[in-house]
Order: sequence, then C-alpha cells, then structure tokens
Amino acid sequence: MKHLLSIEQLSRAEIEAILDRAESFAEVGRRDIKKVPTLRGRTVVSLFYESSTRTSSSFDLAAKRLSADLVSVKAAGSSVDKGESLKDTVATLSAYDPAAIVIRHPYAGAAQMVSGWTSAAVVNAGDGKHEHPSQALLDVYTLRRRLGSLEGARIWIVGDVLHSRVARSNLIAFGRMGAEVTVCGPPTLIPRGIEELGCEVSYSLDGIGEADVVYALRMQKERMSESFVPSLREYAANFQIDTRRLNPRQLLMHPGPVNRGVELSGEAIDSPQSLITEQVAAGLVVRMAILYELLAGSEGQTPAGEGEAGKPTPIGTPA
Amino acid sequence: MSLTDALDVRAGEPAHLVLRRASVLDPVAGIDSVYDVVVRDGQIATLAGPGEADTDGAEVVEAEGLHAFPAFFDPHVHLRTPGHEHKEDVETGTRAAAAGGYCGILAMANTEPPVSTAADVTALREQAQAGASVPVGFLATVTKGMRGEKLTEMVELREAGAVGFSDDGLPIVDAGVMRRALQYQRLCGGNIALHEEDPALSREGAMHEGPVSAALGIAGIPSVSESTMVARDAALAGYEGARIHVQHLSAAESVEVVRAAKAAGVQISAEASPHHLCLTDEEVRGLDPHCSKMNPPLREERDRQALIEGLRDGTVECIATDHAPHQPEEKDVPFEQAAMGVTGLETAFAALHTELVLSGTIDLALLVERLAGGAAPFDLERPTLAPGSEANVALCDLGAEWTVGEDGYESRSANSWCAGKTLTGRVLMTVAAGQVAYRLRSFSLGVAA
Repeated sequence: MKHLLSIEQLSRAEIEAILDRAESFAEVGRRDIKKVPTLRGRTVVSLFYESSTRTSSSFDLAAKRLSADLVSVKAAGSSVDKGESLKDTVATLSAYDPAAIVIRHPYAGAAQMVSGWTSAAVVNAGDGKHEHPSQALLDVYTLRRRLGSLEGARIWIVGDVLHSRVARSNLIAFGRMGAEVTVCGPPTLIPRGIEELGCEVSYSLDGIGEADVVYALRMQKERMSESFVPSLREYAANFQIDTRRLNPRQLLMHPGPVNRGVELSGEAIDSPQSLITEQVAAGLVVRMAILYELLAGSEGQTPAGEGEAGKPTPIGTPA
Repeated sequence: MSLTDALDVRAGEPAHLVLRRASVLDPVAGIDSVYDVVVRDGQIATLAGPGEADTDGAEVVEAEGLHAFPAFFDPHVHLRTPGHEHKEDVETGTRAAAAGGYCGILAMANTEPPVSTAADVTALREQAQAGASVPVGFLATVTKGMRGEKLTEMVELREAGAVGFSDDGLPIVDAGVMRRALQYQRLCGGNIALHEEDPALSREGAMHEGPVSAALGIAGIPSVSESTMVARDAALAGYEGARIHVQHLSAAESVEVVRAAKAAGVQISAEASPHHLCLTDEEVRGLDPHCSKMNPPLREERDRQALIEGLRDGTVECIATDHAPHQPEEKDVPFEQAAMGVTGLETAFAALHTELVLSGTIDLALLVERLAGGAAPFDLERPTLAPGSEANVALCDLGAEWTVGEDGYESRSANSWCAGKTLTGRVLMTVAAGQVAYRLRSFSLGVAA
C-alpha cells in the first residue's frame, strides 16, 4: 500500500493489518512518554482545504507521536487564497521532500490526483462527499474492540447519507468486515442507487430495533435552506436517535461534531452505550497506524522512490 | 445548398486525383464496390473500373485495400473563437476536422462574447475564408448574450450568413422565450439547435445520477433533466409547426421522446456524440476529468444502448462530436471543479469504428451514413461520392492501428476522451469542398510519372 486514498481500495486483510497496528500503538498511549522514534527525520505535510478539528488535530498528533517533522498548511491564509492551483501547491510542498501528504479537500478525487503529482505517500483525510477512509478505519477499530468482530453485526447508518463521505466509507468498510449495513434517512437525503454498494435502504426508523449498532450522521443546517427537509423539527421528529428509540443493547456512534438535539438527543450522546469519545481516542492510534503502515510498514523492501503515478510501489525507506 | 455555397473555406487548388482501386462506400447513394475514384477540378468526375481510370496528369493514390467514404459532417463543434483562442481557433479547429475526415462543420456560438450580432458572424466568416481547412458554418445565439431573455436579431443574423441558431452550452429555460423563437423561425428560417437541460434538476451535478454517482459522492445530473426539456420543446415545436434539432442526446428517455415526436410528425432531428455512444458513467469511477467529464454526462449502459438503437432506426440521424477543447489547467483539477467537455473531431471515426463496428454492434455503412447525417438538418447537401458532385472524400485505412495523442493533435487542445487509447481505423486523406484538406504525414502517395 503506497497511498491511502479510499476504503474501496482496501481488502479486509489490509484493513485488519492497520487495526492490528493501531492496537500496538494503544499501548504507547498508556506510557508516560507517548512517543516512538519510527519516523524521526521524516516529514509529514498536512494540507487542509476544509475546516476540521478532529481529523487534522489527530493526524498532526499522530505524526508527532511517531517523531515526524510536521508541516501543517490550512488553505485559509495560505497561497491557496491567492489563487494557487492544487497542482502547484502540491508541487511546492513536495519540494520539501515529505514522506507523506495528508490532504482534505472539498472535491472528490482530490487525494487521488495529488498522488499522481508527488512521490510522497498520500493520505486522503476526506475528499468532497466521496470518502473519508481514516474515519471508517477508526470506526471499525472502535467496534472491533467492543464486539470482537463485525461479522454478522447489523449496523444502521442514519441521517444525511447524500452529503456524507463518512457514510460512503463506512458502509464499504463495515460490509467488507462482514457486517450487514442499512442506510436510513429521508428519501431526499439517500442517493439514488446507493443500494448497489451493498446495503439496504430504509426511509424510516421503524426497523431500527434490529440494529446492533446505530451510526448517526451529522445533519447540516444548510440542508434546510436547500429544501432537502422541511424543517429541523420535522427531521428530528422522524430521525433523531434518542434513548426512547435506542434500546440498551444497541451501541451508538457518531463521527462528530454532533448537533445536540438534532440527529442525537442529549441523553443519547451521554448514555453509556455511546461510543463517541472512544471514537475520538481511536482516531489517534488508527492515524498513527496509517502513517506507520504507509511509511514504515514493510521496512527492508525496495525503497519507495519515483514510483510511477497510479502504480502501487512497495513501501520502504524513502530518502 | 451545397457546402461551399453555404459555408466558408479558404480558397485553394481544386483537387486532381485518382484514388486507384479504392473500396468505395456511399450507402445513401447505393455505391459499394471497388473503383478508381477520379477527382477532377474538385469534382467527382467518374467512378471508373478498378485500374481503368485515365490518370491524365492527376496525382495517383494507390488505394487498394483502403476505403473511400463521403467525407463526414459535424454539426456541433466549439471553435472557441472569439475569446478563447488559446483553446482553439478557426484554423486549428478546421485542421482537426480535416484530420478526422470531415468536409464541413458547424461552429457553436457560445464564445466570448457569444455570436449574437451580424458583425460577429461577418468577422468569423472572414476568418474562415482566410484560414479554414474545411468549410465552416456559424450558428448564432437564439437569445442575446445567451442570457435566455431576448431574441437576437435573427433575420439580420441569417442575412449575415448564420446557418442556424443555438444557445448551446446553456438551455433556453424560459418556455415563453423558446416559443417566441420557434414562432420567429417562420420569418428568419434556420434550424434551432437545442442544449436540453433543466437546471432546476441538474443543479450543481457533475456526472450522471445513478449508482456510480452514489458511490463517488458526486452530485448527479438525472436523465430527466434532459428528457423533460426535450419533451417540452418537442411539444412546442409541434404546436408552432417549427423545426428543432436536439443536440447531444444522452438519455434513453430522451431517445424515446424524440422517437415519439417524429412519429407524431414533429419536425425534430437529433444527434449523439461518439463519447456517449462508446462510454458509460463507469468511466467516471477513475475520477479523471480528462476523459469523462462533459455535459450532458456519460450515462448508463441502457442509455448507450438506446442511443445505438436510435442510430439504427434513424431516431438519431447524425453523429456530432461536440468537440470541446480545453487547456490542461482546466482539467488538472479535481473532477467536480474540472471544465466540461472533450475533443472529438480527430478520433470520431476511429473510435466508433473500433467500438461499434469492429465489435459487430453496427455495420460500417450505418456509421458512414450517420457521420454525414448532420448536414441535412441544416438544409445542407449531404456529402456524396456520386459522379458530378463536389469532391468530399474521406480515405481511410480500416486496419491501421494508432495510439491517440502519440503524434500530438491538430487541435490546439489535447483533452481527447480517447487520449492514450489504441484505435483501429485511420483517416489517411480528406478532400473537402474539392480541395485536399488533409494528408496523414506518414502516408506516402504514389504519383504517376
């Protein structure tokens, strides 16, 4: 694996390898000195074209815990504001010879394009409404710790599936790990043809009792002005996950940030069955594992050099 | 009207050629045999028996094993002039057309500024007379500045030489404005070519709406954004007794609407593009905008099959490339941000020959017929190889394999949807309006002593 561009590209074995690696980093997090020297002397660039708290901070911290030098670039306040193209920005940052570029971008396929323009390993930290693979990996990691295995687990993903990269990556990842996935939301927010990704579709919460895991998505306020739903009130009345709809054996997840009182009730967020803070904690170790797998995972093999764009290159020790 | 009467081309030497032992195929004229094609003074003088033509000082092309077709006509080309000459201009665009075997093209009016006045048309015609390799006709916009509000001075535009009208690139959203244009057509004549899309349905969509857009998280352009507008305009044209030409049909539902309208007697014609006939939205999975981002978008296999069926039964009477040149910086960006459109003039025949004829989907005669079918909807004479007609010939080697882009392009832009593909079938020589418009550089001609 040279890049992490999507969950779609990963086999179950590759997903499990990253999660196993993350388990080993969980131990590091319990030490007094939470740092390992693995990436000493190597540079990680984090390039964010969209606002982010969780993803950017946890990738930054993951790079630091692996002893990498970190360059963090936010589009606001950078030369991106001056009209520099993505291609030119990547060329500029690549001149620092980074080992990895972690990129979030508002459009689908951005990370993949970047992988053709740099010799660094590219990590997709969210591309438009397409994929958010590190989120899916941390969610699978969180569930695996709770359930042991996702095999046969029934998972409902509820809310604005249409605009959610988390929904897309997670339904692929959950499915690949053996879970049965149902997506649920108002018909205006369920993309036409989504069932071909291997999930069931439900337009109401009536059947939610069958779920082992309920994964709620963030409901963005601007969807109201675009008439996807008539009002937040009506949305909440039909799709909010609260303690009344949730039974005690079900686990609750959310990628954050949560709109309290919209997609989730306050009690549900704070209930013991909520895994939301575990997800955040998992984010750090899983992102350490991603950087490790890409940059140090198969040491001793052919050094990654000027790999041809698009062709997977064995991972090794970049210069 | 003949192509040379109605369109503009740079004047040159009339061709004097013998294509010896060419396999001549002109399905509309009922010609399908091996002949010596004698071109004299820019006319098809005779079709002589193989090896029997009197060369009479003419250049002789040894064409045994090669095919001579009536050259093609493309009613949908973006020459990007004025305003975007860095993408294409009259000279480069018509060179690309000649290299694709075309003897005539119609240029769209969505330039900067759009072609909305008689002076705009006159200026373009002068450029064509100075530098066009093949005859070009210019369409003018239906509405001033393509704003969809007020009609252009359509009578004056026609007098200045506009072949027809189109706001291509944008739909005419207001049904009332559309109706006025159709009414006014009784006065000014000229077909009205329509880009059919309801922006309220297509919104910020960047690809076809379906399972692939669901998987990629890219906003979709539903088939009904096209088919509902085709249905609206077919109904208006029927009501007003007017004539319309539907551009770049992409959806199965639209083909159905056109078929029904024709059956009901509406004067409606339709075109389909090579990329819609060869590709589906599966291409978009690679998220490479160079070969898969265009409007209308690549749709599903059922849509592609419906377009092919339309070609077969004549619902779609012509193939039009929608040749849309763009520069790399508009395509080297993430898919949703990339410019819409691909180039197609230089590859249309080879791509369709490879994908549809060699696969056994359609026969060669149908392809040749549809590639020249774009003239009639605009009252232009269909190119033919019948003796006595103006020489418009595409000489092709059906067995030649070539890799698109390997030797560059005649077009100023390289955003070909076929870039890097290996195609079978190549245009070796094009005669347009009685002049040799193109020869493949590596194609050596045997000249009689």
